[in-house]
Amino acid sequence: MLLAQVLFPLILGGLALLIRSNTRRPLLLPIGGALHLSGTCAVLLGRAPALEDAWLGLDPLNKIVLAFLSLLFFLCSVYARGYLVQRPDQPNRIFTASLLAFLGMLTLAVEAQHLGLMWVAVEACTLSSAPLLYFNQNPRSLEATWKYMLIGSVGIALALLGSYFLAYSALHGGMSTSLFFRDLVREAPKLSHPWLRAAFILLFVGYGTKMGLAPMHSWKPDAYGEAPGLVGALLAGGLTTCAFLAVLRFFQICCAAHDVAFARSMMIALGLFSMAVAAVFMVRQRDYKRMLAYSSVEHMGILVLGVGIGGLGMFGSLLHMLNNGLTKGVLFLAAANIHRAYGSKRIDDVSGAIRRLPITGALFLAGFFAITGSPPFGPFFSEFTILRATIAGGRYWIAGLFLLMLFVVFVGMSSTVFAVVQGEPSAKASASSYKDNFFTVAPIIAFLSLVLLLGVYVPPPLDHALRQAAAFIEMHP
Amino acid sequence: MHSLVAPLLVLVLLFNLFLLGTSRLQAVVNASAAQGVLLGVLTLCMHEGFNGWVVLITLVTILVKGVLIPGMLLRAIRDAAIRREIEPFIGFLPCLLLGALGTGASLIFARTLPLAPQHVGSLLVPAAMATVWSGFLVLTTRRKAINQVVGYLVLENGIYIMGLTLLEAMPFMVEMGVLLDLFVGIFVMGIILNHIRREFSSLDTTHLSALKE
Repeated sequence: MLLAQVLFPLILGGLALLIRSNTRRPLLLPIGGALHLSGTCAVLLGRAPALEDAWLGLDPLNKIVLAFLSLLFFLCSVYARGYLVQRPDQPNRIFTASLLAFLGMLTLAVEAQHLGLMWVAVEACTLSSAPLLYFNQNPRSLEATWKYMLIGSVGIALALLGSYFLAYSALHGGMSTSLFFRDLVREAPKLSHPWLRAAFILLFVGYGTKMGLAPMHSWKPDAYGEAPGLVGALLAGGLTTCAFLAVLRFFQICCAAHDVAFARSMMIALGLFSMAVAAVFMVRQRDYKRMLAYSSVEHMGILVLGVGIGGLGMFGSLLHMLNNGLTKGVLFLAAANIHRAYGSKRIDDVSGAIRRLPITGALFLAGFFAITGSPPFGPFFSEFTILRATIAGGRYWIAGLFLLMLFVVFVGMSSTVFAVVQGEPSAKASASSYKDNFFTVAPIIAFLSLVLLLGVYVPPPLDHALRQAAAFIEMHP
Repeated sequence: MHSLVAPLLVLVLLFNLFLLGTSRLQAVVNASAAQGVLLGVLTLCMHEGFNGWVVLITLVTILVKGVLIPGMLLRAIRDAAIRREIEPFIGFLPCLLLGALGTGASLIFARTLPLAPQHVGSLLVPAAMATVWSGFLVLTTRRKAINQVVGYLVLENGIYIMGLTLLEAMPFMVEMGVLLDLFVGIFVMGIILNHIRREFSSLDTTHLSALKE
């Protein structure tokens, strides 16, 4: 069943290459998304298969990520149908096929229980997403794709070196060199510590490049700025989450090896640094899609910061992973609609979005309040949890910096967002043909409702699952 | 067979230095191809006794790193009609010196590392580090997109050497997956190169500077 979830998107992707009609082909996307989502539900509700010797498997951690990704892709795929129909000018054959292949590879990366297999899958995610960035086929998107490929490849190469180091640490520790995560965690106390540390640094930097942590984030503003909004939502919510899952897996191994202090301090340092870099670049940002990219850098920083704090912070971080991904869905898709209507992503050309596109404009504004941590939305709750954990640990300086950065980001982001939303739309924008319709608005409303739901009420099964996952990562065998 | 490992690794290191000091693109690609073939032969030499899987890995490595990828890059050079890297960000001689320094440093550094008994005194780990360093230098100091791809390739070659220390530990399926990913990765880069050439009539990455704050 797990294997089927990896394979059938690939098959659908192959099918997409065969269909000739540019308008009918995108229908495959919601079909694929819906099938994937129902498959995920079946897997999660059914009896968990035994993990021994399985290359693919579910554990308390990747269960949550799988459910989240499945939902994210489904909502984005509904949007994709609406988006692609409005872009009859661009051929979407490669785009549709790559999107489905991307889904398959994301699933593989999440379900993989083997160090090497996960690496192969994450790299394949990068490769299948490169054509997605190049959808608009202009010099700017070409530049973004080239940078994305080159920086991503180097990052992922470092992660491979780190994987080899981790394997070497097992070899040096004299244990059977099985590279299944469960074996590595079980036998972690035997790992050779110098190699383990070197491995963690390389893996953290490598997968951190995929996450877009500063200072390895330089591909992000270009990629998110030039790619269609729905690709931005999938990368900011999907690919980064996948890379975060990888980082968590190695953090778990460090925990099990009782050698976690250095990993924690590294994560706290890089988390705060990412937030700071994002805050600096978000102030006076003239391009609202690049602004969202920096927001993603900021929130990746918050995620690793929470992990570095640990305990309740780990729980907050996992919850924030969901909140951030869902809110990014709201923001990127709403930004894409605004981009369609105005034909520009510079705030000099865009104003009065709430008059021109009442629903999208309002959703964009609500998304902004959500992502900057305003109650009653989900991110407020998870950021507050991380803050509480920081203060409870007696780290007042970190808590102070965290709050300061959140404040700067709020101020910086608000000036850009309000410039987009308020005022009078230009004559050119009022005359453009784009109108909100079911396919381009319903997914955003669904994302926002989920963000709101997670803010007021975390359903007990989800709460339980998150606590289990947090305990699973930090357990000491 | 084991006695061949050290001389082969020395050859790999020499090719690193050659790559760092050469401006002719065709020679650079050919050197990376030769390095790929050497890595394939190394894989065979590392393994005691005959094993079908190792032979397969050897052949696939030579095919991918020695034939397919360099072939793709050579074609890109022909299509773009470029010969040389004109002005790298750091000159060839300083680059060569940096590479030599890095190689020396990794030889010294490797002695201080806690290695498994079978790798003490072996050239594998220092060669891996030196090759990663050289690849990184080529990747960051050159302007031509093709040279950057070669740099990435050399970086991967270094990591591959590190992987040789784990030949028994890494399942072959994963090795194959890594090689496949590398191949597809360079293939995608090749397609982007083609688009860059058509868009800017050049393969100079300094044209790619429209996106910034």
